[in-house]
This record gives sequence, structure tokens and C-alpha cells, in this order.
Amino acid sequence: MTETRGFSGPDIPPADVFNRCVRCGLCLPTCPTYVETLVETSGPRGRIALIKAVAEGRLDVTSPGFVHQMSECLDCRACEAVCPSGVAYGRLLEPSRTQVERATAARRPWHVRMLRAALLGPLFSSMPLLRFVAALVRFAQRTGLETLARRLGLLRVAGLQSAQQLAPRISERFFVPRDQRWSAEGKRKATVVIHAGCVMHVAFAHVDEATVRVLQKAGCDVVAPRSQGCCGAIDVHAGEMERGRELAKRNIIAFEQSGADAYVVNAAGCGSTLKEYAHLFAEDPEWHDRAAAFSAHVRDITQWLDEVGISEQLGPLERTVTYQDACHLAHAQRITAAPRRLLAKIPGLRLREMAESSLCCGSAGIYNLTQPGMAERLGRRKAENILAADVEIVVTSNPGCAMQMAAALRGKGKEIAVKHVVELLDESYAAYKPSMRPEPASASSSVR
Amino acid sequence: MIAAPDLVRELAAIVGEAHVRTSDEDLLAYGFDGTWYEHRPLAVVLPATTAEVSAVHRLAHRERLAITPRALGSGLSGGAVPLSGSLVLSIVRMNAILEIDTINHVAVVQPGVINADLQAAADAQGLFYPPDPSSLKQSALGGNVAENAGGARCLKYGVTSDYVQALEVVLPSGDVFRTGGKMVKNVTGYDLRALFTGSEGTLGTITEITLRLLPKPRYSRTALATFARIDDAARTVTSIMASGLIPTSIELLDNLTMRCVEEYCAIGLPLDADAVLLFGVDGNHEAALDDDLASVEELARQGGASSIRLARSQTESDQLWAARRAVAPALLRKKPHKLGEDISVPRSAIPEMIAKIREISERNALLIPVFGHAGDGNLHPNILCDRSDTEEMKRVREAAREIFEAAVALGGTLSGEHGIGLLKKQFMEMGVGSEALRVMRAIKSALDPLGIMNPGKIFPDAGGVDAFTL
Repeated sequence: MTETRGFSGPDIPPADVFNRCVRCGLCLPTCPTYVETLVETSGPRGRIALIKAVAEGRLDVTSPGFVHQMSECLDCRACEAVCPSGVAYGRLLEPSRTQVERATAARRPWHVRMLRAALLGPLFSSMPLLRFVAALVRFAQRTGLETLARRLGLLRVAGLQSAQQLAPRISERFFVPRDQRWSAEGKRKATVVIHAGCVMHVAFAHVDEATVRVLQKAGCDVVAPRSQGCCGAIDVHAGEMERGRELAKRNIIAFEQSGADAYVVNAAGCGSTLKEYAHLFAEDPEWHDRAAAFSAHVRDITQWLDEVGISEQLGPLERTVTYQDACHLAHAQRITAAPRRLLAKIPGLRLREMAESSLCCGSAGIYNLTQPGMAERLGRRKAENILAADVEIVVTSNPGCAMQMAAALRGKGKEIAVKHVVELLDESYAAYKPSMRPEPASASSSVR
Repeated sequence: MIAAPDLVRELAAIVGEAHVRTSDEDLLAYGFDGTWYEHRPLAVVLPATTAEVSAVHRLAHRERLAITPRALGSGLSGGAVPLSGSLVLSIVRMNAILEIDTINHVAVVQPGVINADLQAAADAQGLFYPPDPSSLKQSALGGNVAENAGGARCLKYGVTSDYVQALEVVLPSGDVFRTGGKMVKNVTGYDLRALFTGSEGTLGTITEITLRLLPKPRYSRTALATFARIDDAARTVTSIMASGLIPTSIELLDNLTMRCVEEYCAIGLPLDADAVLLFGVDGNHEAALDDDLASVEELARQGGASSIRLARSQTESDQLWAARRAVAPALLRKKPHKLGEDISVPRSAIPEMIAKIREISERNALLIPVFGHAGDGNLHPNILCDRSDTEEMKRVREAAREIFEAAVALGGTLSGEHGIGLLKKQFMEMGVGSEALRVMRAIKSALDPLGIMNPGKIFPDAGGVDAFTL
């Protein structure tokens, strides 16, 4: 076997990041894989120690336990959000995965290599191709071909069983960015770009559409640059840094030309990647600065609406909901209050917090495919917490979480709606009747 | 010695295969705690019951294998670092709250229960568990008892040993015994609960704990006083305590500490001040609390506080305490390493001790942020350093010795709440005197004649192991 001690080439986990860990252990109870296993090796402090050990030549980068831990980590960044000494854990994990990926690629079984190549390669690089494949899946979903394939065990043969169980229902019509421009309602406050996403625009097109409507209501002109694409999160999280950089460049160029005040994104995972583009170009000063300038414009939809303020023409939604903190919103972007503030504005809506709302649901990009066992354990734990909260709707802000929670709830035999924050805002706007508001304080007191 | 595969097979027969871990990665991850020490254990075993702990002890006893008990491994004295190729015995799977007894006001818990989880469970019953080490979210009660942990509220409520009402302990031989119970009073023979509390895993493994709870005070308040001179802050602490007031907590943070914390979570600490005092008060009568706070404010102003401000909401109060708990790890923002000390002096000596630390810091040209539980005399001077700088480490060692000497000279001691472990063992004789040390050695050899429990801790080794280079 070749010598694989230490990291090599580009994308080396920076020593000044892992040396910051003081091993206080505050991260342990926040780590989903630690709380599930209670094993130190499966916690952030243990993983950082392993990364340091590889960097210092005390552990092989291809050793089975190291490869397993770099894969078992969800990259949910809960540890990073609580770390008092400021260890930027994501900046350790992603290059470590790249290193493992490089050192072990040749050893993977052929079907895994094919699946990875198909998933991570052309599919997410080309949106027209993604839409073509999505249309095929939609055909299969609508015609019953999929059920047939499952009965015949074809999916199991192809190793696609868990992918199929999770696959969202493909949207009737896609949200295709074609340089459209939607005008603000009322006085224009800003012009924003909408990042339509990859999975979002074919499987959650209704959320993209709701996002546009809610932005218009909030006084924003919305543009959808045609040449945008996938943010690159799936590649970056899987250690495919080079491809991640290509996708990043494409979005930077597309959005720079728009001249918009903000780049709004409704998927938390994409938002956190778009906000961290500069990390991808640590070794390329020119692109690094362009990426940093780009990222300064990026806003999660809930963050943006909270910042600019929303129209108060909200109608009643008599629903009890709970809010699931998407990891890449709560931990990577540290946004927890804005979505709750928005939900609190909807008349009639009751927000009931569940236990462990910020513990990862086990979705985490392609984690379902790479770590099906742990993904299922975390999904079950999340479903139990949702059911204990006894609500009608689970609200979140990321497509992966939505799919995972819906699947986990189905696994418990429960059909609880999973919705994005903007969907509820959109529904509330639709329920608005001008006669209902404004409701003068004196009028309500006279009724009493 | 037993061959490795046979050992693993026997351990697996006791706890199940999944709970014996021997891979390179596992041995790396279980080699450290909250200090900078790192040693490779022989294997890691995670039992789930007292019977399993006992069986692991019997096996180790038979084979003369060392055992290092471990809870969450957040300790700050090296207590859970496995020396001499120890077997790490992790009790984290034993994490059930067995009972909250609302009549006897006790909680019966397994040792792997996280302190904060007990606090929450007690709170739900209108009770509370006062000891609140800064690590309360990431330390387990087994570790808290083994190290006799303290915390901010100890000023008013006392430390862990004041709350340990009963213990179940597995002795090195594997024999299991229980001491204490739910009764309040108990003078039946030696107080073995006190002996095992703070024994740092050197006498046995704790497998069940009965802790006293108190009715939860209905109200609490937090206030922050700002001082242009740290000496004034220190003297204010003594004047408040002399006035007969007993706040829940009086915490001191010096300027360097504040700067590190502010970098972690910007909560608006006064960075132009030399020091702040953070006060907590609690009780069942709001009017009485307001009176107490008014007295604290008056004494602080007389003592030279430039301002004192009350936390306006529970959120603001929670933020201030969360920031206080994050101090120790946040200090690493200035230097790669720190030697965290934990001296404890009579609170009347606080002003003198603080002046002494500043003098030692300047003379040795070292950054030594000072913070801690000023109200009860327990301070955490942290010597910031870079372990790769051998010249600096010499000064660090000298400064540490001088701080210990100063604390002892003022009638204090080496450790208030972290324990001795590895970090302070070569100073033990200075801390307790040679006779007390002889008594401790006698107890150790009576209970652990083979010396298999957590070897290399507390006692200064013959030949003098240097904890600074270990």
C-alpha cells in the first residue's frame, strides 16, 4: 500500500483551525452522532483529534476508522456554533473529506463509483440535464413504473433503494430561471436575485414560486438570472472540491452581472455554501476576493424578510406548527430567531417548540446514501420529537430536511405536512381579506 | 500479561462486542480530557450496569490491569487521562435519572447523567440541584462527584460534596458497596461518601449517586458592576461579604478575560474597564431581592464601581451566565495553550491574592488572565502559553509554583474545584503537608493495594514526574 500518512496536495485541513480545539467537550451534547452512540470517537472533539493525528503523521488517512468518521459526521456544524474557542469545524471536515476521497477513490466498489460519478458529476453541473432526469422520474412516479420497479427489486439491485424512498415528488412544472423579472408590490425597497436551486427548482418549484410572491409583497423586485446553477454544496460536502469551485464561479459570474442588492436563497444548505464561497478559493487570491464580495450579498429568505420587513396583510391560519432548525441555517448561518419572528406574525398560528429542534434530522445532503443506518436513527429520533409536540405542520427551511422528515414521519405511519416558512407566509397572504384588518384596539375592547 | 485478543474477548463477553473499542482511532479519541495531556489507553470499555462495571474490575484485578474511570472527559486536571496503558472505563452509557423524590428532596442518578439534564429534571418538579460547574452542559455527575466539582452558585449553596447523600461504588477488586441513603442525618461510622467524593477515580468507580435537592428559589436577579481598577473590585467582594449579605454568586472577570469572551459572543462587556463583578442573587421574596441588590449596588459604588447595571430580562441574564461559563475555553483565542489554575484562598485574602497574581504575571512576562468565583475565594488564573516554546514553559512553571506558594501562604490551597489529577500532583506536599499526604497514601494502599485505580494521579511519584512536560 502507498504511504498515506499526513495530508497532501491542495485542500489541507488548516493546523491553525484544529489546534484551536481545547477539548473542553462543550460540543459533545450538541453532536447528533455522539448523542446517538455516546462514543467519543463519533463526536467533534474525537474527530478533530483524528484529523490532527493524520496531519501529524500519527494516523493513516485511509485507516478504516478515519474514513468512517469523516463519512459518519453529518457536517451539521452544531459543534461549531457552540465552540467557545472558535474552531471552524466545517473548514476541517470538508478538506478532510477531500483528502479521504482522493486517497480512497480507486478502492471503492464499481457501483458506488458509478453512482457517485452520476450523482455528483454531470447531474448537478447541468441544470437542463437535471431537469431532463427529473422529468423522467416524474414520469415514473406518475405512471406507476416506480412501484413496479420496487416490486421487482430493481432498485435494490441498483443500490438505489434509500434514494428512491427519499426522492421527493417531482413538481408538475419546474421553476426555470430565464432572466425573468417580477415587480415589487407597492413601493420598491430593493432588487434581489432569487437562487432557484437545483433540487428546489424541480422538486420544490412551488416553494420557489411562493418565495417570489412573498418577496414581491415585501417590496422587492425579483430577478432570476438564467445562467445560475447548483451552489456546489453536494460536491463540497462530498469532498469534490474542484467541481465545487467550478459551480461557484458560475454563480458568482451570473449574480455579479445582475447588480442586485441581495442574493436571496430559500434552501439553508445552499445558503451556507453560497456564504462560504471564499473558503473554496483560499489558494486563489483573485477569486477569493470576488467570492467574498459575492457572499456578502447572500441572504437566507427568512433573514432577508426579517431585515427588510414584510407586508402586514396577513390572513389567519388556525394551525399548530413546530419549527425544525435546519442545521445549515441554525448552526452554519446562526439564524434561529428570524424564521420564528416571521411565523409569529401570522395571525392564528401557534408555534409549539419540539424537543431538540436544532439536532440534525439525519438528512445532510447525500448522507442518506452514504450512512443509511445513522440517517435512519436520527430520522426516527426527529419524528418522535415531532410527534411528541403534537402539531399539524412541521416548518423548516431546507429541502433535504423536508424530505427526510416527511420520510421519517411516514415511517411512523403519520402524515404530517412539512412546509417551508415562505409557504405559510404565502398561504397567509392568500387568506387575507381587506375587511378583516386593520382591527382597531377600541373595537376589540368594546366586543368584550 | 494477558494477550490482547484474549482480553478483548473477555471484555466483550462482559459488555458485548460493540462496547469494547480497540481501534487506533478509538485509542486516540479516549486518550485525553480537557487538558493538554494525551496518552494511549490499552482499550476502551463501555459497561451499562453496575454488574458489568464490577465484572470489568474483577478482570482487571485478576490481570493486574490499570483502570481509568471516565465520564464525559471535560476535567481540567488530567484526571481522566489514561496513564500506564490503562483500560479506559467509560460510564456514559449509565445515564438514567432513576428517581426524583419530591418528599425526601433527593435525586437518584446513574453517573453518566449530564449535570444540566439533572438540573432540568429537578426544575420540572420545582426543585433544584445547586452545584453548577461551568462545564454543566458537558460534564456528568459521576465526574462531578469524583472531582468534587464546584461552580458559581457554591458561594451561597456549597459544593458537590455538600449534596452527596449516598453512593454506590465498585471497589478495585470488583466488590460493590453502598454508603449513605435518603436520610438527612447519618453519623454511622466514617463518612465514606466524603472519602469517595473528590477521590478522582483513584479508589473505585462510582456507579450510582443520590444527591440532595433544594426547593427552587422563586426569583433570581443578575447584575454587572464595572470597575476601573481590579483592586477596587476585589475589595468590594470582601466588603459585601463582611456586610452579611450572601449573594448566590460573585464572579470576577478581568480585562483580558472579557476581551476573550467578547470575541466568542459579543454581549457588550465593558472592554475599557479593568474588571467586572457579576452578581447573582436568588430567593422567594422579590422585595427582599431588591433590597439585597440595592445594598450590593451601594457597596459596589462605595468600592469604586463606575457603573452597575441590572439584567433587564431572563434572556440577558442567561447570556451573561453563558458567557461566564465559556470563559475557560475562550481564553485560547490569545495563545495556543493555557495552564488553568484553580487556587482557593480565604475570601478575606482575595485582594492580596489578585495583586500577587498581577505581580507574578508582570515579573515573568506572561499573560495571566484572572477570573473566577471571587465571592468564595476560588480564582482561576490561567497562564497563557505556547508549549512548543521551551523557554516560555520554564517561566510558566516558575509562575505556577509562585502562584501556589502565594495561595498557601495566604492560608489557601492548590485546587478549589478541579482536583489535582496530573496537573498539580508535584505540588501536593506543599498543598496539604507531608502528614496529610501520608494519611492519603495509607487510605489509597488500603483500598487499592495493587494500585490499579487511575494510576499516576494525585500523588507525586517518586523520582518526580514533571506534569509540565508529560
